[in-house]
Amino acid sequence: MASAREIGRSKGRPGKKDRKVRVLVGKPGLDGHDRGAKIIARALRDAGYEVIYTGLHQTPEMIVNAAVQEDVDAIGLSILSGAHNYLFPKVVELLKEKRMGKVVVFGGGIIPDDDIPGLRKKGVDRIFTPGTTLAEIVEYVDKRIRPRA
Amino acid sequence: MSDRKKTKTIREHRKRWEQERLHPLLSRSPERLRRFSTVSDVEIPALCTPADLEGFDFLNDLGFPGEYPYTRGVQPSMYRGRLWTMRQFSGFGSAEDTNARYHYLLSQGQTGLSVAFHFPTLMGYDSDHPRARGEVGMCGVAVDSLKDMEILFHKIPLDTITTSMTINAPAAILLAMVIVVAEQQGVSSKKIGGTIQNDILKEYIAQHSWIFPPDPSMRIITDILGYCSDHVPKWNTISISGYHIREAGSTAVQELAFTLADGIAYVRAGIEAGIPVDKFAPRLSFFFNAHMDFFEEIAKYRAARRMWARIMRERFRAKDENSWKMRFHIQTAGVTLTAQQPINNVIRVALQGLMAVLGGTQSLHTNSMDETLALPTEQAVTIALRTQQILAEESGVANSIDPLGGSFLLEKLTNEMEGKATAYIRKIDGMGGMVEAVKRGYPQREVIDASYHYQRLLEKKDKKIVGVNCYPSNEELPIPILKIDKEVERKQVARTREVRRKRNAKRAVSRIDALKDASLSRTNLMPVILDAVREYVTLGEICDAFRETMGTYTDPAMY
Repeated sequence: MASAREIGRSKGRPGKKDRKVRVLVGKPGLDGHDRGAKIIARALRDAGYEVIYTGLHQTPEMIVNAAVQEDVDAIGLSILSGAHNYLFPKVVELLKEKRMGKVVVFGGGIIPDDDIPGLRKKGVDRIFTPGTTLAEIVEYVDKRIRPRA
Repeated sequence: MSDRKKTKTIREHRKRWEQERLHPLLSRSPERLRRFSTVSDVEIPALCTPADLEGFDFLNDLGFPGEYPYTRGVQPSMYRGRLWTMRQFSGFGSAEDTNARYHYLLSQGQTGLSVAFHFPTLMGYDSDHPRARGEVGMCGVAVDSLKDMEILFHKIPLDTITTSMTINAPAAILLAMVIVVAEQQGVSSKKIGGTIQNDILKEYIAQHSWIFPPDPSMRIITDILGYCSDHVPKWNTISISGYHIREAGSTAVQELAFTLADGIAYVRAGIEAGIPVDKFAPRLSFFFNAHMDFFEEIAKYRAARRMWARIMRERFRAKDENSWKMRFHIQTAGVTLTAQQPINNVIRVALQGLMAVLGGTQSLHTNSMDETLALPTEQAVTIALRTQQILAEESGVANSIDPLGGSFLLEKLTNEMEGKATAYIRKIDGMGGMVEAVKRGYPQREVIDASYHYQRLLEKKDKKIVGVNCYPSNEELPIPILKIDKEVERKQVARTREVRRKRNAKRAVSRIDALKDASLSRTNLMPVILDAVREYVTLGEICDAFRETMGTYTDPAMY
C-alpha cells in the first residue's frame, strides 16, 4: 500500500481543481480531548493536504464561519463528550444555510454505534470510531474529497 | 571486597556469560525484536545486574518508608496499616442520578468519593448557556448552583467521607459550595477533608478546561492556598496532575517532569504571595497515570516521590517533613482502553491497578471496561471496584512495603527516570519556570510530538495493542452502554432558572458586583465567592464576573 504521503501527492488535476484539497479539523463543544484531532490534522498535513485546525471549544457557528473563510472542501469534527448528536448535525445545518452544502462533513470520537445511523441520516458523511488508523482516514479523504469547483 | 571490585567482577562474569551462553544461542535463534523498549519508547536492557547500579546508596537513594526521601512510600506502615483509598471518579446526568451512584458505590465498599462534573461546569457555563447545548449531564454531573451541590451530597456525611473534585478553572467556586453544604450539615470547614484538582497549568498543557489567562489563574490559586491554610486545613488545595498530560500523549518522563515543574511553579507562587512554604506545601497532593508499561510506571512513582522530597527540602528549604512527602492518587490510563473487544479492558485495568499499588499510591481509581464507549454502567463500575478489592484482599501485594524495591531493573529505571525528568525541569527553569514555558507553548509542543510519534509506532506495528493492531476479532461481543436521558438537560435548565427566580435578586446583584471589585483589588477572593454562593449566585454568573475583569484564554490551536 502507498504511504500516506504518496497518496496525498498522487492527486492533481488541471484548472481550479488543481489546488490542494483543504480540510478543516474542528473541535466543537466544550471537551478538551484534542489528542486525536491533532494527530489527524498532522497526518493529513503530512499526506499533502492543506489543513486548518480550529483549536478547542468551538461553537458550530465558529466552525462554519472558519469553513467559509478558508473555503474548505471538507470538515473533520472530533467530539469525546457525548454532545455529537446535537453538535454534528448543527454544523451540517449551518453549512446548508450558508450554501456550503457540498462541503463533506465527517467526524469521530467516543460515539456509540447506535448513534451512527442517525448522524448519517442528518448528513454526516462518515463516522470514525476508536481504533481507526491514520491510514484509513487518509485513504477516506483521498477517495472521497475533491476540491470543490 | 570493595564495591568497585565487586562491580568489576560482575562485569567480567557478564562478559563471559555473553560469550559462552548468550551469543552462541543468539547466533542460532535471534531475539524476537531488534530493539526492546517501553511504551514511551525507552530502550530496555536484556538483563540488569548490580553493575547497573554503581554508586547506588541504599540509605540515601531508598531509605525507609515514611522517611526522606520517601522512595519506598510516604507512610512507615503503608498498606499494612491502612489500604489505599478506593475512589472511583463518577458523575453523570443530574445531581440526583449521581447522588444515587455515590450511595451505591459507598454501599459496595468504596471508601471515598470523586466527582466528575459535566463540561459546562468545568468551563464555567451554566446549563442554560447556549454553549452548554447538548453537553448537559453527558460527561459528568451538572452543577450550576449551590442547589445542585445540596442534592449531590444529600445524606453523605462530609465530616467522615472525603471528596475529590476534578475541577480546575472554577475550583474556588465548587470548593465554596462544598464548604456551605458542610455548614448546612453542621460540619465546620476545619473538619472537612477532600481535594480540588485546581491545577491550571496542566490545563494549558493537556486537559484544556481553562477559562482565564495564566496570570489571573495563578492568583486565584494562591488565594485558595492562603484561605485554606487558615480555614480549611484538611483540604488538599491542589492535585498536581500528570494524568492528563499522559492521556494527551506524553511519555512517562514528560508526565513526571511537567508535573513536578507545575508543582514547583505553584510552590513559588505561594511563597511569592507571602504564604510560608510549610503552611501550604503539606496540603499539595499529586495525581498520576497508570499506563501499560509495568516497570516504567512503577519506576515513575518511586522517582516522583524521591524527586519531590529533594525539591522541597533542597530548593525550597521546607522544614516540615510533611512538605517533603509526595502523596498521590492514581487513575488507570483511559487512553489504553480499547473499543475493540472491550472486555479485555478488565485485564488491562487489573495490571495497571497492580502497578499503582506496587508504586505505593494513596488512592486509586480503576477504569471501567466500557469507558471508550460511554460513561460506565453500574455493572462495569462494580467490576472495576472489585478489581481493587481483589488486589487488596487476595493477591498479597499489599502485605510488604515496596516489594519490588531492590530489583536491579526497577532501581535502574527509577534512577534514569529521575535523571531525564531533572534535565527537563532544568530546561523549564531556564525559560523562567512553567508559567512562562506554558505561555511559549513548550510543554504543549513536546506532548504533541510524543503523541504523534507513538501513533506512528502503532501504525507500523512497532507497538502492539491486542484487538486493535494484532489479534483482531471478527465477532465483537457487545456490552451494555449507559445512555443519558435527554430529559436531564431540560430539567437542569429549568432548575437553574428557578434558582435564579427564587433568590433575593438585589443581594445576588450586589454579590456579583463585590466579586468584580475584589478581583480588581488584592483582596482574597475566597470569602467573596463564599458570600456569592450562599446567595445562590450561579457558577456561570461568578465566572462571567471574572471573565469581565480577568479576560479569557483561547486555544493557540497548534498541532
